[in-house]
Amino acid sequence: MRVLERLVLAAEKPLKEAIWDCRMCGQCILHSTGLSCPMRCPKNLRNGPCGGVRADGNCEVYADKRCVWVEAWEGSRRLPIFKDHILHLQKPVDWQLQGTSSWINLVSGRDQVAPRGWEANAER
Amino acid sequence: MPSVSRLAGLLQAGRFVVTAELSSSNSADPEATWRRAEVLRGSVDAINCTDNTGAHVHMASLAAAHLLVEKGLEPVMQLTVRDRNRLALQADLLGAAALGIRNLVLMSGDDVTAGDHPDARRIYDIDSLQLVEVAATMRDRGTYLSGRTLEQAPSFFIGAVENPFAPPLEFRPLRLQKKVRAGADFIQTQLVFDVPLFARFMTMVMDLGLTEKVFIIPSIGIPRSARGAHFMREKVPGLHVPDELVARLEKTPPARQAEEGIKIAVELVQAVREIPGVAGVHLIGIKWEEGVVQVADAAGLLPRPTLSPLATVGGSR
Repeated sequence: MRVLERLVLAAEKPLKEAIWDCRMCGQCILHSTGLSCPMRCPKNLRNGPCGGVRADGNCEVYADKRCVWVEAWEGSRRLPIFKDHILHLQKPVDWQLQGTSSWINLVSGRDQVAPRGWEANAER
Repeated sequence: MPSVSRLAGLLQAGRFVVTAELSSSNSADPEATWRRAEVLRGSVDAINCTDNTGAHVHMASLAAAHLLVEKGLEPVMQLTVRDRNRLALQADLLGAAALGIRNLVLMSGDDVTAGDHPDARRIYDIDSLQLVEVAATMRDRGTYLSGRTLEQAPSFFIGAVENPFAPPLEFRPLRLQKKVRAGADFIQTQLVFDVPLFARFMTMVMDLGLTEKVFIIPSIGIPRSARGAHFMREKVPGLHVPDELVARLEKTPPARQAEEGIKIAVELVQAVREIPGVAGVHLIGIKWEEGVVQVADAAGLLPRPTLSPLATVGGSR
């Protein structure tokens, strides 16, 4: 691994893990999810909550935890900007980026690379 | 223009449709599937084949749906992203098309911890909305998600699901809108027991103009006993069963609870039918196809309209 990437990771990983319980997917969409990391969802849902959310707003799988997407929706309402980004259609996760620096991938544009069949429908 | 399926044709013609869920099979004998499905013949417009429902293993929905096609019954193939990655999902979608399956319902699926293999690895490579987009890409662009071209694009009538009763309630109609943008043609909802809450959801859906673009089909459960209703309330993820309903069944003598369950379901069908934007009902009688037929009959939904075979394309091989 290149030195620069190691240095960035050394800063990014502990910071984002501490603040957002980040799972290092390497393609961060926190600003589209009200600063609630969607990779904490047991189903890794990137586009909204599943139908199993409990009446009290807790997770289907972990009854004692708030649903990541309930937090995402509430968080998105509080954001001064990016409020409507929760309505964006999020492309499938690129699992090759797991564990890499989303900051580097953001600057390089690597995190914007979608499967070709997905891009064809991007205007929708 | 001919419709892709009987279900699509009826909805596009503005008919109030009736679909039902087929009990999933644990038998290697196709007769077990056919026997349950035959009960529904003539009483519903299409039959849902579930995909490891409740995260319990059963016969593959692809196989069950194909068994229905063989008998001239119209299936709706459910497919979850819980058990398959994007390669397996696309392979099954293409295979389904080749086997004459046209109607799809694509969903996340109950978590493995709700089922009989809680120790299983969950997949969730892509999410349910992304699967809707993948199916639409195969149909409309004639390519896989990778962009690689299909020799022949499949014809699909693409369904998705929504739970109007699970938090965050204000986001639910917007999530439905996202699924419509991804390519959903129709929506089957979670079981409706709370009619006023469902009506509120439909108002929000109408305000977004979504009923112009997608057919909304609420699910109606047919409780067979107070114990069954109790189980649904306690054990089934995402279900919101009101206390009054359980109490009403508990007050009924056990021998008459099934009858009371039919009555409850008929009342629910009649109530949702009055709500603007509702395009049909999806009847779910757990291991109780006879209950579905009784509800369809008592709710005045029979006989089902016929659709000329010429009006659909590729409904069978």
